[in-house]
Amino acid sequence: MSITPASQLVIPKLKKYTMDTLLSRGVRLDGRRLDEIRRVEVKPGYISRAEGSALVRLGSTMVLAGVKTDIVAPFPDTPNEGVLVVHAEFVPLASPGFEPGPPDENAIELARVIDRSLREIHAVALDKLVLEAGRHVWRLFVDIYVLNHDGNLYDASMLAAMAALLTTRLPAAVKEGDAYRVDRSVAERLLPVNHSVVTVTLAKLSNKLILDPTYEEEEIADMRLVVAVSDDGRIAGMQKTGMGYLSLEEVSQALNLALTHSSLYFNAIREQVMPYREKLEKSLGQEARAEEEPGSSSAVASKTV
Amino acid sequence: MTKGDKPRLITWEVKDGERIAVRHDGRLPDQLRPIRMEVGVLANADGSALVEYGDTRVIAAVYGPREAIPRHIALPDRAVLRCRYHMAPFSTEERKSPAPTRREVELSKVIREALEAVVITELFPRTTIDVYMEVLQSDGGTRTAAITAASLALADAGIAMRDLVAGVAVGKVDGVVVLDIDELEDNYAEADMPIAIAPSLKRIVLLQLNGVLTREEVDKALRLAWKGVEEIYRLQKQALRSKYIVYEAGPGGGAGR
Repeated sequence: MSITPASQLVIPKLKKYTMDTLLSRGVRLDGRRLDEIRRVEVKPGYISRAEGSALVRLGSTMVLAGVKTDIVAPFPDTPNEGVLVVHAEFVPLASPGFEPGPPDENAIELARVIDRSLREIHAVALDKLVLEAGRHVWRLFVDIYVLNHDGNLYDASMLAAMAALLTTRLPAAVKEGDAYRVDRSVAERLLPVNHSVVTVTLAKLSNKLILDPTYEEEEIADMRLVVAVSDDGRIAGMQKTGMGYLSLEEVSQALNLALTHSSLYFNAIREQVMPYREKLEKSLGQEARAEEEPGSSSAVASKTV
Repeated sequence: MTKGDKPRLITWEVKDGERIAVRHDGRLPDQLRPIRMEVGVLANADGSALVEYGDTRVIAAVYGPREAIPRHIALPDRAVLRCRYHMAPFSTEERKSPAPTRREVELSKVIREALEAVVITELFPRTTIDVYMEVLQSDGGTRTAAITAASLALADAGIAMRDLVAGVAVGKVDGVVVLDIDELEDNYAEADMPIAIAPSLKRIVLLQLNGVLTREEVDKALRLAWKGVEEIYRLQKQALRSKYIVYEAGPGGGAGR
């Protein structure tokens, strides 16, 4: 059951007034313009134990994503596809408002929105993760770990998930009788990726749309619209979150902003993730020259705006 | 059923020299399924409603405003809204476990947030308003039917609202943007976009997109949804009125009002 939450953060009226006044002049409390995104920093390969990982900093928001794999039977309705599982944890060290325990509705919603944004456009080539159709396929766990919450968890988490997937190395699958065993001592190939996807979150505050809201801004915002944008400029998902509403014109304005500003996140992928992916691909090439699979990495890189 | 054997969902017919798309159940792209609504269906609830979009059937009940229990959830300046969207185990092709799924947790949240935009909660401080939605039979568009039913049940309970909320799912099927997609269409759709709108206020209170659309297709889908929602809104008002009209007052007699 979903219950109206009590506000976690009390913002003094004077501060809210200041924020509103600034917004009407086109600036924000931290000096940013309405459509300005905070500094984006992506560190791929942050967790060497994981098959793929990335740490994302968006201002002081910090999100870590890790990819782990195993081999399972596919779902009966998709015998020719691997399995993708996205999970998000709002760990208590990330914010005074987070508590230990199973994921709450906010964490579930975030994980599901990211899951759909990746799934619907076939960001990961799940059809290339089949060992034996109907019997053995790879399962990917994307675990999103929020480490510091200063707003815009969607964009940071999506970026972390995407960066982790782009830098995931699949281990070797060793056939043993009728089953497969994962041999993590050997990295066999890069995870085949069809598309990069990012989300652009817009918050509605005093009837203005702002990008990349901070925690404070989110707390006084009427609502947020999360727009997933693919590297070919299509809309790969949307989610309105929060109690307010949007007019038709605001949706249209939000979509325009999302499409134009997604390039910032795509730039972060191109500049901070792709060199690492290429490095990984080269090191795999040295390990196993024999098995040549035409460079999927460069294909993705050229598509990424 | 595997995803491999995709049925043909759109056939093209020529009528008066124009090519028109016809859907698997004979509907045109901008056509709703037969919709039925009834208000006040549960005697115990303060308000209730049954809504059918084709074979999708959802029942909603409202209890409240009532004392907030446990007390600590109460808010000093407004009522707390509590929403539960739930699917009956027999509502789907395969039995659905009655335990709440992640999907139901998410949908309960987005439906609550949609209703928060219209319920005038500040009139009932320190109370709760409980909205329970049960999907009895599912054939696509269950969350939007649920929100249509929930807003009727709230109105039936006499809870002050800024507007009703009407929901509908639009989608893209075989390349065609269509209104009110059913389960078969949804299973093979390129996109499914559930929307709920407060029609008089022209406010979008729920908006999701599962799937991939171009910018132009989103605009088209929004326009289509708006058209559908206006029709559903008309039916909602009719359903609310019909509960109270015993007979239509003739000229000069006002007893029926």
